[in-house]
Amino acid sequence: MTEAVVATTQNTEHGTGHRTATRWRFLHVVHRNFLVWRKLIGSALVGHLADPLIWLVGLGFGLGSLMPSIGGLSYIAFLGSGMLCYSAMNSASFEGLWSAFTRLKMQRTWESILHAPMTVTDIVVGEWMWAGLKGTLSGAAILLVMTLLGIVKSAAALWVLPVVLLVGLAFAGLALIVTALAKSYDLFTYYFSLILMPMTLVSGVFFPIDQLPKAMQVIAQFLPLVHATTLGRALVVGTPPGNIALHIIVLLVYALATVTIASKLVERRLMR
Amino acid sequence: MLHVQNLHKRYGSLEVVRDVGFHVPAGHCFGLLGPNGAGKTTTLRCCLGLTRPDSGDITLAGLPVPLRAREARVRVGVVPQFDTLDPDFTVAENLVVFGRYFGMSRRECEARVQPLLEFAGLSDKAEAKIEALSGGMKRRLTLARAMVNNPQILFMDEPTTGLDPQARHLVWDRLKALLTEGRTIVLTTHFMDEAQRLCNRVAIMDHGSIITESEPRTLIDREIEAVVIEVYGEGVEVWFEAHGKPLSDRAELAGDTAFCYLNDPDPLMKTLEGQPELRALRRSANLEDVFLKLTGRDLRD
Repeated sequence: MTEAVVATTQNTEHGTGHRTATRWRFLHVVHRNFLVWRKLIGSALVGHLADPLIWLVGLGFGLGSLMPSIGGLSYIAFLGSGMLCYSAMNSASFEGLWSAFTRLKMQRTWESILHAPMTVTDIVVGEWMWAGLKGTLSGAAILLVMTLLGIVKSAAALWVLPVVLLVGLAFAGLALIVTALAKSYDLFTYYFSLILMPMTLVSGVFFPIDQLPKAMQVIAQFLPLVHATTLGRALVVGTPPGNIALHIIVLLVYALATVTIASKLVERRLMR
Repeated sequence: MLHVQNLHKRYGSLEVVRDVGFHVPAGHCFGLLGPNGAGKTTTLRCCLGLTRPDSGDITLAGLPVPLRAREARVRVGVVPQFDTLDPDFTVAENLVVFGRYFGMSRRECEARVQPLLEFAGLSDKAEAKIEALSGGMKRRLTLARAMVNNPQILFMDEPTTGLDPQARHLVWDRLKALLTEGRTIVLTTHFMDEAQRLCNRVAIMDHGSIITESEPRTLIDREIEAVVIEVYGEGVEVWFEAHGKPLSDRAELAGDTAFCYLNDPDPLMKTLEGQPELRALRRSANLEDVFLKLTGRDLRD
């Protein structure tokens, strides 16, 4: 027998691998993205911390000094807790749009992963989880900044992090749907400015929802960011959270429904 | 190792794969030849479970595809037509990250890096960025990446398209080494010399169907005359009507060149003496002649 040019230990041991249980295969995709992110960790962390710091200090203190307190909260506390959810949304959306699309179309990364024993679902769930985690990291950075500014006083505020993960996953799923349908990056600009920005304005990030016209308040109840800010703010600053179960269920439904749809759409796109 | 039967695939009203069937025994190299758009890539994608065929039976490494395609791919390596190397990683990292998709541990993946880089002639490029590699190096790295799971069967979609002669010969040499080890290769190509060099059997595809399938040599002997004389120059049309056509077994005028296919070239060569304005090339027939005879000379895009 000729000695194998690229043998492992034995020539008979063809086809190593497939030891990862089905439900954990998506972690290979999360891990891949993590490895890339780790290369740029310095600038990534500076961005995560500097961005909210500038916003909070600038808007919170500047604008806040002109504002009355909102439901007993200083404006900077109101804004900070809203920004926490907004930032998670932004970060998860960016990852699920521009970054995921780059891997889908420009770099053909997903295509190459499908040549391994991986499925479209593994890839989409992995990207979804990764984008959700990046959203969580953004939210956590704001929580840290708020703590440093003395706005957050209780360790119980850490309970907001699982909620922020849910927010990230809900918007990651939405973003991946858009990515699955996109022909180019152009669509993402429209998605941001025509969907996410208007939603942000009516979701209680910058001002309370009860300032909105009645009809708008009803519509807002269907928006994921509204549930995110209502629950997130309560957990961060210790105001009454309202209907916790409802908020969590809405976010959970958004997260699971969107990732399911995104997976089907990517399947249709890649496996034709 | 790979059985394909009655494969059909249709996109809208266009049937891109029409009743394709072939069989590749373990250790063989099988070539799918055909002009652009013949259905080669779609056929490969069906075999890998990346495209669901409308009908047909596929067995890959003993497993039914697409039903258990994911498991079958554990024993498969793929070299796609377009470069899909990960530009976010170095050469060595590309191999490690890809191995992880197979469920291999980091230690296992890292142990594979050095032998694979040696195999691909990239030992000194381990830390290089992908963008710093030449086309030939990228191809070899893609081949090394496809070997990370020590596969029994390799699928290669046009493995040497776009490479210079040195790079092509290096890739061929590596593929021959893999065949010597007893691995199976399925490749598509439109380089006839590539098919002639590597393949035990070739199938010629056109418009979604396999037109003919055989050993390369048999195909040449069976489908085409032994010698080809190509003639061009001023007055070739006149010469073609007067001598080229009547003295050949088969002849055609394509553009400004007369192609004469024949078994006994001497009488025809005599008619060319004393015609200095005509230039002639006499050569033995190859797979390309078979290919052109069967699929025609029209351009495909």
